[in-house]
Amino acid sequence: MKGNFIDNLPKVYGIYTGGFIGFIIIMAIAEQMGMTAKAIGIAFVAFTVFIYALIGWLSRTAQADAYYVAGRQVPTVFNGMATAADWMSGASFVAMAGGIYFKGYGYMALLVGWTGGYVLVASLLAPYLRKFGCYTVPDFIGTRYGGNLARFSAVVVLTVASFTYVTAQINATGTIASVALDIPFQYAVYVGLISILLCSMLGGMRGVTWTQVAQYIVLIIAYLLPVFWISNKMGAGFFPHFMLADEVARIGELEQQFGFVKNAAADLKSVPKGLAGITKAHSAVNATPWAFISLALAMMMGTASLPHVMMRYFTTPSVKAARKSVGWSLFFIFLLYSSAPMLATLSKLSLIDPNLPTGIIGKTFAEVEAIDWYQNWNQANLMFISDFNGNGTLELNEFFMGGKAVVLATPEIAGLPYVISGLVAAGGMAAAMSTADGLILAIANAISHDVYYKIIDPKAETAKRLLVARVLLVVIGFAGATIAAMEIQGILGSVIWAFDFAMSGLFFPLVLGVWWKRANRQGAIAGMLGGLAAGAWYLVWVRTGGSGFLGITQLTFGIFGSAVSLVLMVVVSLMTAEPDKATQKMVDDVRVPSGKSILGRSH
Amino acid sequence: MSNQQKHWEKTRGLLFITLAIWFVFSIGIFLFGAEMNEVTGPFGYPWTYWFTCQGSLGAFVILIFWFANRQEKIDEEFGFSEREDE
Repeated sequence: MKGNFIDNLPKVYGIYTGGFIGFIIIMAIAEQMGMTAKAIGIAFVAFTVFIYALIGWLSRTAQADAYYVAGRQVPTVFNGMATAADWMSGASFVAMAGGIYFKGYGYMALLVGWTGGYVLVASLLAPYLRKFGCYTVPDFIGTRYGGNLARFSAVVVLTVASFTYVTAQINATGTIASVALDIPFQYAVYVGLISILLCSMLGGMRGVTWTQVAQYIVLIIAYLLPVFWISNKMGAGFFPHFMLADEVARIGELEQQFGFVKNAAADLKSVPKGLAGITKAHSAVNATPWAFISLALAMMMGTASLPHVMMRYFTTPSVKAARKSVGWSLFFIFLLYSSAPMLATLSKLSLIDPNLPTGIIGKTFAEVEAIDWYQNWNQANLMFISDFNGNGTLELNEFFMGGKAVVLATPEIAGLPYVISGLVAAGGMAAAMSTADGLILAIANAISHDVYYKIIDPKAETAKRLLVARVLLVVIGFAGATIAAMEIQGILGSVIWAFDFAMSGLFFPLVLGVWWKRANRQGAIAGMLGGLAAGAWYLVWVRTGGSGFLGITQLTFGIFGSAVSLVLMVVVSLMTAEPDKATQKMVDDVRVPSGKSILGRSH
Repeated sequence: MSNQQKHWEKTRGLLFITLAIWFVFSIGIFLFGAEMNEVTGPFGYPWTYWFTCQGSLGAFVILIFWFANRQEKIDEEFGFSEREDE
């Protein structure tokens, strides 16, 4: 069955995709026949989550290498899709277009940063870590540098970064579940969590791999279909990516015409928390080169340090396949990322252009307040208007929207049938679930494999190790959900922090582990703990009113953290003895693809 | 110099070329973001805007596949490519 299953993958997922499109069509027909919007939303989320759970159950396993690395037999292209789903979180799906919508060029650094990092992954790390044959990222650190302290330090950095990230994802699943299923957020968070655990608990990495492929298919259809549909409906062009230049220029014209009026602080107090107005130019360069480059750089180095991404390349059959697989991952990510600015453009123009039937700027307040979708999203606390200057008509500076609304509400604003909104909800759920699964698994695997098995009880049997791994999965999931339910920070903000934490502690210890033979244990430990501490200190300092330096903000504190990490690692390594002969030989072996992996197939 | 050292030297050379191209598309062009955005680029978008939306992203995809192929060639040249049954 196993070999058979791998050979049949294109067929299996082909049928699955056809089935999903069939389901969309059935829902569209049902809507015409009078199915309510609420029922459609529930059907979409329930149906897709049920499919993922089924895949998770079918992938159950009792073997360590299947649980930790999916048996190392995931084909290149499918691993690319799984990585893309693993990678694109609620932040990419729901929040990124919103960020671009409100901040323009300054936030488009995220597009460059979240793709360019893969060049670093492919050239500096992934193939070498695959050759190493590790189960987890701390497994590499622990073996390359030797000693429990190095291993444990890596687990600490991994946990801080991934946990920051995962609360945001559980928050996103909760938001979508609460809107689609119409239940309070505090409960919806746990509905989201249980869906996440259904995918990963029985099958570990194997279950997560095959559900992530399924989730990628759902999320990419859910993102692209509305973009193309809206573009065609507005008459902007049948292939938006190549045809929106006029629309981009038109937004620039309208911005000139309306001007960016600065609101008084007292007026802004009445705007609900989390909503933003359009205050930045859409396509003009509105950030200094360093502001743009530092954010992009932080995201790129963070990409190459995040363990849940790196461990996806442990599942490929060979080193060669790991390299190619990075290319496929980025291709599948590119499909969505290149569409986000197009969605932001279409969404913005359809609201602010007075010549379009959907435009609301320039209309009277009574007119706007009578629009159905405005009432819906205003109730959901994602849209707000207020007549600051008292002239009765809506100005650009008097309109406020939540970042999430750009993706979630645009289909409704553009007048698409509700079935599309249901589809988008299912897509957002898939994006957040797939990333949360990867992250929870990364943390639970690191603690069960590296802390429990390698440090506490090296004699533990496979059954017991996997039991510990599963218990940890549930515990970490519930801890994440509990924190998510408190709603401390927005989705995009905490995701960016996670990248900064990861790069502060892990980037240089990982890269130098392969590329600098002289790097030793003392240096790596100093680099990991010192980098993480420096980054965390900078974040707290800036958050508590510190002025910061060199233009490094709370979104790019990883640049400071990783610089400290690099200096510490080099200085401490050079001050202490060089690694022993066996370690140097190990590094030599890692650098060539052929031959046995450093760690055994089952270890 | 042993076979393995030569292999590593070439691998490192490829890394530097790859990182140089990466640097141009991820950092280099954004040093001149404001100036470049005044010029109309592909499909009628302003140049810098187009790079952030599509250009740099697409360049990264191509760069990784190019890098993977070159590295495979280097591995074959020195007899370090994996056997199929591994």
